[in-house]
Amino acid sequence: MNAATVRWILMGYVLLVFLFILAPILTLVAFSFNVDRFPALPWGGFSLAWYEAVFADETVSTGFRNTMIVAVTTAVVATFIGFATAYVDYRYQFTGKRAYLALASLPPTVPVVILGIANLSFMAAIGLSGTLTAVILGHVVIAAPYAMALIRIRLADLDPAIEPAAWNLGATPWATMGQVIVPFCKPAILSSLAITAAVSFDEFMIAWFVSGIHETLPVRILAMLQGQVSPRINAVGSLVFLVTVALVVVAQIAVFSWRRKRPLAGGGDG
Amino acid sequence: MDVTPPKRSRPRIDRFAVFWASPSLVWQVAFFVAPLVVLVWMTFWRVKNFKLEQDFIPDNWIRIFSSGFFYDAFLYTFWMALVAAVLITLIAFPAAYALAFIASPRTRTLAIVALITPFFTSYLVRIYSWQIILAEKGIINGVLGLAGISPVNIIGTSTATMVGYVTLALPLVLLIQLFSLSMVDKRLVEAAYNLGCGPLKTVFKVVVPSARVGLVIGGTFAFLFAFGDYVSPLFLGGSKPPTLSILITDQVKSGNNWPRAAVVAVVMVITLMATLTVMSAVAYRRRGGAR
Repeated sequence: MNAATVRWILMGYVLLVFLFILAPILTLVAFSFNVDRFPALPWGGFSLAWYEAVFADETVSTGFRNTMIVAVTTAVVATFIGFATAYVDYRYQFTGKRAYLALASLPPTVPVVILGIANLSFMAAIGLSGTLTAVILGHVVIAAPYAMALIRIRLADLDPAIEPAAWNLGATPWATMGQVIVPFCKPAILSSLAITAAVSFDEFMIAWFVSGIHETLPVRILAMLQGQVSPRINAVGSLVFLVTVALVVVAQIAVFSWRRKRPLAGGGDG
Repeated sequence: MDVTPPKRSRPRIDRFAVFWASPSLVWQVAFFVAPLVVLVWMTFWRVKNFKLEQDFIPDNWIRIFSSGFFYDAFLYTFWMALVAAVLITLIAFPAAYALAFIASPRTRTLAIVALITPFFTSYLVRIYSWQIILAEKGIINGVLGLAGISPVNIIGTSTATMVGYVTLALPLVLLIQLFSLSMVDKRLVEAAYNLGCGPLKTVFKVVVPSARVGLVIGGTFAFLFAFGDYVSPLFLGGSKPPTLSILITDQVKSGNNWPRAAVVAVVMVITLMATLTVMSAVAYRRRGGAR
């Protein structure tokens, strides 16, 4: 086997891996348009009936509204917390910084089922059980680390001497924050808003444990999954997928826009 | 790092610094650490007449640890997560290698986008989709039927659960491996070739050791995800046998016994912490022996 053959085999393998990753997504969308009640081959014919059923379903629209409230609030709060933490990491040295950052980045490594039951008892204890507020509190915990990571990566491109220079010229720390740091971080803030919204939009375990009767959309889907197989799940799943993909793509476009401009970074607001 | 003098003119701790440092600290202590503390505390409560009562009794621990189904579930969950970690690492490595050393920068960028996207999108829905593919009258059996092959029974088995674990963790593991492989010094690889080291030998003697940290971290994340997952073992594995996360949700949702669910959750946390400790020791261990 010569080197070229090996290359082709390896790239073919990469294609297979991506096919595996994409297979469930393609199947999902394809069968959301299939007229048959049970998703199976051969294909029965094109239909929008399942989407109509989903749009007529009140539990779905209520779930969607709840999810939007939770996702938007989570995105704003988590991005603020993430920004603050990333800035502290960028600007300050202090004892206990490692522990501080570990605490700030640890939550996504804890299985959501554990966070779910932990939140269940905790929210019951503070009287928030069964509210959307409880869902938001839990979602910010797991979303903020992603915001921190994204904004920290952006700050790594900002010359640490710029801020002190502004201070020495008489600008207050608050003015420097508003006129230098925040504008510089804008693309990262945008992408972090999108990613944290996507994390919240998809999260079903914490929401399932604490939301009570205020189901979010993923919790509704979970309930549908526990019932009968129905292409309605494909339809609502495709819609959810569309929203989250849109959010993640927005996030990535923002990131790539600044990565491309990178040579300018460090020389002011590029 | 740069020529400018360090900024000593500012006091280290001021209101400005406290303002930016506190949100994460306050939030994570209040809504991450505190719930986990309550979780541990709750393992000592009692359930009386279907009502939760604060107490300090070891009964829940004794009850869980004296029941056979708990050990079965623990061993099964641990074993499946271990298999998932090894399997996903092995599946990801050739692809990560190809993307790092063979693919063009354009393909690599495209691949990274294609890997980040599923990590953040609709795991629940993707597992449902695997259900359609793997079901008794699903797509795979439909295709096999057209080819005249008798149907295979995948759904409701550990194999199906494993498909779900791979779906869950493969994108992230691939990304981590790709990242650590792109850090490998290419001159080292070339030097090995020039000194007459064969391609396979180069991979195992040069590339793998250089990317060890990434390989171990990737595998650890795969273990972590599989160990805590609820969706795949339920909807693909048919909860036969149940995993620890299924035990937890069953105790809460149908058994209404929060303290016992909390015991299982605490055991899971301890297991994961132990695994993380061991794996980070493996990842960052100094390479001993001959050099």
